[in-house]
Amino acid sequence: MEVIKVEQLYKQYRLGQVGTGSLIQDVNRWWYMIRGKEDPYEVITETNDRTTQAKRDFVWALEDVSFSVNQGEVLGIIGRNGAGKSSLLKILSKVTSPTRGQITLNGRVASLLEVGTGFNPELTGRENIYLNGAILGMTKKEIAGKFDEIVAFSGVEKYIDTPVKRYSSGMYVRLAFAVAAHLEPEILIVDEVLAVGDVDFQKKCIGKMKDVASAGRTVLFVSHNMEAIKNLCSRALLMEHGTIVSEGSPSQVIETYLNNRSKSDWGHTYTELEAPGNEFTRLKSIVLKPIREDGKLMITVKSSLEINISFWNYVEDLVANLSLHLYAATGECVFNVITQLPPPTLGVGLHHACCVIPKELLNTGVFYVSFMLVQDTAKPLFNFEEVLTFEVEEERENTNWHGKYPGFVRPNIDFKINP
Amino acid sequence: METLRKIEVITPKRGMFDVRLYELWRYRDLILLFVRRDFVAQYKQTILGPLWFIIQPVLTAIMFYVVFGKIAAIPTHDVHPFLFYFTGLTVWSYFSECFTKTSGTFIANANLFGKVYFPRLTVPISIVISGLFKFLIQLVILIILIAFFSLSGIQQISIHWTLVLFPVYILLMAFMGIGLGILFSALTTKYRDLSFLLTFGVQLLMYATPIIYPLSFTSGKINQILRYNPLTSILENVRYSIYGIGQFDAIGLLYTACFTLGILVVGILVFNRVEQSFMDTV
Repeated sequence: MEVIKVEQLYKQYRLGQVGTGSLIQDVNRWWYMIRGKEDPYEVITETNDRTTQAKRDFVWALEDVSFSVNQGEVLGIIGRNGAGKSSLLKILSKVTSPTRGQITLNGRVASLLEVGTGFNPELTGRENIYLNGAILGMTKKEIAGKFDEIVAFSGVEKYIDTPVKRYSSGMYVRLAFAVAAHLEPEILIVDEVLAVGDVDFQKKCIGKMKDVASAGRTVLFVSHNMEAIKNLCSRALLMEHGTIVSEGSPSQVIETYLNNRSKSDWGHTYTELEAPGNEFTRLKSIVLKPIREDGKLMITVKSSLEINISFWNYVEDLVANLSLHLYAATGECVFNVITQLPPPTLGVGLHHACCVIPKELLNTGVFYVSFMLVQDTAKPLFNFEEVLTFEVEEERENTNWHGKYPGFVRPNIDFKINP
Repeated sequence: METLRKIEVITPKRGMFDVRLYELWRYRDLILLFVRRDFVAQYKQTILGPLWFIIQPVLTAIMFYVVFGKIAAIPTHDVHPFLFYFTGLTVWSYFSECFTKTSGTFIANANLFGKVYFPRLTVPISIVISGLFKFLIQLVILIILIAFFSLSGIQQISIHWTLVLFPVYILLMAFMGIGLGILFSALTTKYRDLSFLLTFGVQLLMYATPIIYPLSFTSGKINQILRYNPLTSILENVRYSIYGIGQFDAIGLLYTACFTLGILVVGILVFNRVEQSFMDTV
């Protein structure tokens, strides 16, 4: 039985600042509408491609998306940031409405678009369970009935009457997920909950999702963790630039995804308006440059990789670190490096940082880079997720073995036979 | 479970009058939990806690007493100026609280609204209910003050039967406050300038409402204009039923009721319209 049916879904966003233009556009729209004409701003031309700056004020986050999900299926949705996954989930969870098209849902939807939504730091764990449960659509009675189960699942029994602002981030997430996991909706939307928490908790989450699916309910699962998609999903969708480009078995779709992303370029430069970031910081550019003795611009296991980051800092006298994470294509973190300690103090303005990954460290394969700006070595101001992607190619001599060496790293470690 | 299943269709725009107020009933527990949260979160870190409910209006009334009663010497009929101001302020502050707080609904909760769907009207409704608790505490103080003033012989009290309408006045103010508030909150998602207008607009409105002066103090054109203010009849009627000053204004009350109903309907319709798409503009 079809539980979700998405038909020719479109979503348009207005870009940039809403200023004096918006009133004029509104009046214009209204004028077209009363004359029974089509919306003049709904011309489909621009696809949502964050690598180039859009020339128009409007952008299509979703274009002609259609698919359906059957009862009991676990559908994985993958794609780069900005591919339209979040827009799709937001429409499915009724946070925003589509511009065109329609969705038919057969059953109650609950979404875990970031767990802990509506948690109030001043309230205790107990109070937050009730509040969060109610926000997610449960009645007080339903929550009370499951209260003990929720607390046991979260593993924070001892601190249930402590304000959650005193919780560690792990406890916080566990409690939040526990509430959401006990919603028992017919359709569960899960977005990146596995990115946090320890191994034990991840196992619990995955177990819960499997339970949900085996109980005949439907799960939509968005993740960058390819292993999780492979293990959990019965089917997968790949989204790019607001459209579905591939659909099928998870392993097949993941392969398409990895092949597509490895073709991406070695950096982006943003204008201050469209740059990713928040009120504390924005990213101006991140550029990767391979450094080789022969001077060729290619990334192989024998190239050093120079990553140049330029970012705007908006916080006065910021005691700042950058923390860079390098991920393998499958989602595992290969390493995390941070800038010098003690950290320097930065003024407001543009700053530059450079990271050199030595040659003969990384194995072949696709990697991606995220980094965050950290205040006082403890408080992340913004996490620039997946801002750079590259693929390390093979380069080897004097061997008859042509397969891929296993592992994420292939360091040049001294290892000799004494003949 | 099968019987509970409901097919839902998500389409670009719901109809203008597709308001789905019934959803609010399903989320009634959420409204009460919001009220509780507002209470706990607001005063958990303060030393005096809910005492601030009392300190604020008392200090304001004292200031008004000095500025308008003593310096400007605006007459307050036979009512002691302090009592006069405190009565007006108690009533007014409930309206202004409903109005200003609900007007921030979308902007203040953008983060929450961006992640989960629940009927957005639960938020302004919970604000009006928590405001009611605050109002009731202030009302108790007012009653104590009235008792004190009358027992010590400073003030003559003449309770009129129209005092039974008091809950109606409060309800009207709550509805007017929430109606205006959600209307503004919907409009400010697009036009941020309105939030500046609102802050000082409410201040101006306070002076355009007979709080620090009786309506009878004004005359001619100004008196005419003040009668268009839907709050005027409420304040005049409240004072009439407690102190017996001025007169009972039934037509004014009817006008206020119609205005309130109108603004509430318009507010809900506009709010309903905006809640479907505002995530794209904030």
